[in-house]
Amino acid sequence: MSNTTPGTDQPVVTPPPRTRGGGIPARVMATNSSNSLRGWAFKIVLLGLVDSLAVFAMFVLFMQESWLIFGITLAVTLVINWIYLRPGGLPAKYLAPGLLFLAVFQIFVVVYSGYIAFTNYGDGRNGTKEDAIANIQLTSLNRVPDSPTFRLQVLEQGGDYAFLVTTPTGEVFLGSPDEPLAPAGGAELDSTGKAVAVDGYTSLSFADLLANQRAITTLSVPFSDDPADGALRTPDGSNAYLYLSALEYDEATDTFTDAAGVIYRDGGNGAFVNDDGRELIPGWTINVGFDNFVKAFTSDNIRGPLISVTIWTFAFAILSVATTFALGLFLAIVFNKPGMKGKKAYRLIMILPYAFPGFLSGLVWLGLFNQDFGYINQVLFGGASIPWLTDPWLAKISVLTVNLWLGFPYMFLICTGALQSIPEELTEAATVDGAKPWAVFRLIKFPLLLVSVAPLLISSFAFNFNNFNIIYMLTGGGPRDVTAGVDAGATDILITLVYKVAFGAGTGRDYGLASAFAILIFIIVATVSIISFRQTKALEELN
Amino acid sequence: MTNPFNPSDGQQIGARLNPAVAGAATTVATAPSADRPHTSIPERRKRGFLFWARDTGWRHLIGIVMLVFAAFPLLYVLSASLNPTGTLVGSNVLFRTIDFGNYVELFQLPQQPYAAWFLNTMIIGLTTAVGTVFLGALAAYAFSRMRFTGRRVGLLTLLLVQMFPQLLGVVAIFLLLSGIGDIFPQIGIGTQAGLILVYLGGALGVNTYLMYGFFNTVPVSIDEAAKIDGASHARIFFTIILRLVAPILAVVGLLSFIATTSEFVIASVVLTSPQTQTLAVGLYQFISQETSTNWTIFSAGAVLAAIPVMALFLYLQKYIIGGLTAGSVK
Repeated sequence: MSNTTPGTDQPVVTPPPRTRGGGIPARVMATNSSNSLRGWAFKIVLLGLVDSLAVFAMFVLFMQESWLIFGITLAVTLVINWIYLRPGGLPAKYLAPGLLFLAVFQIFVVVYSGYIAFTNYGDGRNGTKEDAIANIQLTSLNRVPDSPTFRLQVLEQGGDYAFLVTTPTGEVFLGSPDEPLAPAGGAELDSTGKAVAVDGYTSLSFADLLANQRAITTLSVPFSDDPADGALRTPDGSNAYLYLSALEYDEATDTFTDAAGVIYRDGGNGAFVNDDGRELIPGWTINVGFDNFVKAFTSDNIRGPLISVTIWTFAFAILSVATTFALGLFLAIVFNKPGMKGKKAYRLIMILPYAFPGFLSGLVWLGLFNQDFGYINQVLFGGASIPWLTDPWLAKISVLTVNLWLGFPYMFLICTGALQSIPEELTEAATVDGAKPWAVFRLIKFPLLLVSVAPLLISSFAFNFNNFNIIYMLTGGGPRDVTAGVDAGATDILITLVYKVAFGAGTGRDYGLASAFAILIFIIVATVSIISFRQTKALEELN
Repeated sequence: MTNPFNPSDGQQIGARLNPAVAGAATTVATAPSADRPHTSIPERRKRGFLFWARDTGWRHLIGIVMLVFAAFPLLYVLSASLNPTGTLVGSNVLFRTIDFGNYVELFQLPQQPYAAWFLNTMIIGLTTAVGTVFLGALAAYAFSRMRFTGRRVGLLTLLLVQMFPQLLGVVAIFLLLSGIGDIFPQIGIGTQAGLILVYLGGALGVNTYLMYGFFNTVPVSIDEAAKIDGASHARIFFTIILRLVAPILAVVGLLSFIATTSEFVIASVVLTSPQTQTLAVGLYQFISQETSTNWTIFSAGAVLAAIPVMALFLYLQKYIIGGLTAGSVK
């Protein structure tokens, strides 16, 4: 937004310089711009809608005491109102909606990625230290040997369970895993004085209890706001007992002590750890500085795979562009024949792979390449068992083949267009000068063609550099390198590695390390685009 | 926005929208071919076939090879979808039997709500396409018609943002939406609204530059005439300019739709329950678990999923040419 605000005090709209005609004096426009009552009303209604949404958001944020986000929302809302209510400042009015989305979901996301790369965010490490302490106290519960017996009725509300307990002294409390026990008024009692129902909740029957036994026996309802007071749990669904944390937290020393007297200290890396190196789960998020990057570049079982994945990413992107461009250009030359019959039909069929949804292509070829039952092995190779997708080198070739299938129509289209836009006179002149067709192509047509398609080749490279779908759908990055410390395989490119490290099944989620990899991609892409921008400028100047 | 099709589609189409290039592309070169042999008539008759084979015939040969390469996987999946045997190995004889059972069964899988996936994909794709066109057109109008401080920087920034696809920040997007979801569950993780918002974040980056180029081809004198007639800037934009740039709006909308429907990375992270998922996420999980036994049902799903996108794509080709001949802009 900062791009637009400095200029907003100049509501002058002047025409672009390249077009004909003079400008209209600003005052004419200013008088005209206020004469549309309907537009004005429409604007007010729209702005009112946005504002009411914002007020609702701020209300929720206020209740949750998220002051920072509250402040940002308030500021953004004020700026939006200012932009649209004041006269003039037209550019901001047109740019604000898009910039708002861009700022939140693209620019902020990039900055946030950078932040995550410097944390240990990941499985079991995604909250604050206070959350982790409370969580440890609640999950390491042991039944208190002389706990009183609380008579229990399990309730249900909107898919969540709640406990309605009657103490030995006859008091009635209501609580759920998210809400500590609180006195419940108006509960319905049975003949023995046990509370069995309360308004707004459904009481579970014995059959319901049996059906949901497993879920119900894992519930723990905090006894009070203080996690140290323990929680109620039920082994059978009809009686509840007090459970206390087996790990005792000492605030003064910031340590946990278990029943055997082993002490767990804050180890400085986002978890409580004992002298033997055993960690308590969950930990919490801390800033780890350059640890993720250091780990990526020095830890042997990550550095090796990371280097080979990076090399393959470049190889894949370059080879993809090279093969598709070579085939596309070849076909463009072949079919650039005046008077050839059926050209349109060929063209229509050949662009079909390009029109076919990208994610489906990988999956369809997955079936074709199947080692035991696929068409290629069964029919084309007469029942052979060629490991197209499970041998490291064959998998690379398969991925490139599929990408060639996907990408050549695009190159064919742009090469055809570029070839036909080269003036015929150049060819004629060269022929008159005695050049052979090959020389005409090599020395005249090809350089001219390269000038016009070079930017497209570069963006094609940038796209293939992050061509997630084809890799992930076809091989999933496999075959996996079993020696690697991360889930990396022979056909993994950087972006699939990021995805698998962050969200992969099997290995734990490590958002910090994944973001560090993503930052690496950012740096590579930025470098490549800066260099290529300069190169294309040079190419254009040649023209 | 992640674009399974090449992001330079836009540029290519932009170039094709340029009548100069397109004119050249549609005009068959009439100049005499340089390598046409100057043979006398009797000789030519004698060696007619040989000459044709050397001159044009081999081109058809290559054409046929390419047709097989290009079309075979598509025919294969179509054939498998009509095959009642159900398995991968049974699909290896093409078009042995024609049976629509797979299409019926596809809609009756309890774990894989195909109809919901299809509907979700259409809703997300269309909403994103409309939003992208709207946000992009607003910004392109500002960049094309107004002069303000930061305009140049803004345009350069857009070019730069284009270089970094949104999927690079997938981890941050996931954590951001988780955070938002704690406060507003309606747009948090697991919601389609949240996913659409994320996609709209990529709206400016991908297509504004393309639109900007096209907006520049509309003469400013049209705006000025309207201004003199007393039209407000909003009126000029919505009722005059938007109509004149309709071809590029259609192209950008369709590109955005196609890209969104194929998007996997962010959708797979954001949409967690099967009922809310898109075709890309759902079909991937469906087939990656049991490739061989689910093959024919998957094929039916793939054919149905591909039809709207391919139809739009082929229609888009026509539309571009139509937009060119309409000639209202130049």
